[in-house]
Amino acid sequence: MQMNTAVTRSQEAILATNKVIKNTYILLSMALIFSGFTAFLGVASGIGHGAALVADIVAIAILWFVLPRTANTAAGIPVLFAFTGLLGFGLGPVLNYYLSVNPSIVMTALGGTGVIFLGLSGYALTTRKDFSFLGGFVMIGMLVVLAAAILNIFLGVPALFLALNAAIILIMSAFILWETSSLIHGGETNYIMAAAGLFLSILNLFQALLHLLGAFNNE
Amino acid sequence: MDWVKIGSAVLLAAMLIYLFPRAKQAVQNSPKGSASDWMGFVIPIVAVVLFVILLISLV
Repeated sequence: MQMNTAVTRSQEAILATNKVIKNTYILLSMALIFSGFTAFLGVASGIGHGAALVADIVAIAILWFVLPRTANTAAGIPVLFAFTGLLGFGLGPVLNYYLSVNPSIVMTALGGTGVIFLGLSGYALTTRKDFSFLGGFVMIGMLVVLAAAILNIFLGVPALFLALNAAIILIMSAFILWETSSLIHGGETNYIMAAAGLFLSILNLFQALLHLLGAFNNE
Repeated sequence: MDWVKIGSAVLLAAMLIYLFPRAKQAVQNSPKGSASDWMGFVIPIVAVVLFVILLISLV
């Protein structure tokens, strides 16, 4: 009897985990499509760097202060769309710049980001490896990158800019493995927060790849 | 120095401050990975690096 209960609980846990994974990827796909639309609006309206910065600040404020409070309610979904839409809109000036100099860079970065994300997610989902040990590595990596990025705003060293973007690609790749593994092993049970984390890693991956491809294409 | 640069630096500094206690917690609470765990991480990361090099050579 006890064994039957344990088996039923285990099956329930697996079903619940699969439901979270499925909901996360559905929501992430919708958020990516929506942010693609708002990025198009950002490009078409020709917004400047100032407006993009304001959109990014509002999006980060939503991520820190609104999303954690609404993630367990139905309101979490429109909040997630507001967050992803603003970040997509904020891409306007960067996309406009690269589209004007070499549109193939944007397409290559977009395709490359898709391949990296699907490859890493597929790897974590099929091997079912536990990447929870990457938590400290990812967080420390983010802190180092942020500190170096602040420094480079004032120094403007091109080599440091390249190194930062290369580091962002590696850290975001590690984050995708960590977050996907966390979904599989029940560490993350909220699909709205999981979708927000994965969206942010895809966006950072895309931007870093865009800058690297642009730099090596002498743009 | 234009205000966009200052604003960007302030935003990044805010992220640094926000993430610092979470990073400290993650370092303290994350389990230690074995050699095989790290190998399972290095293989896809090397694949990503090679793929990015391929993309750079294509554009």
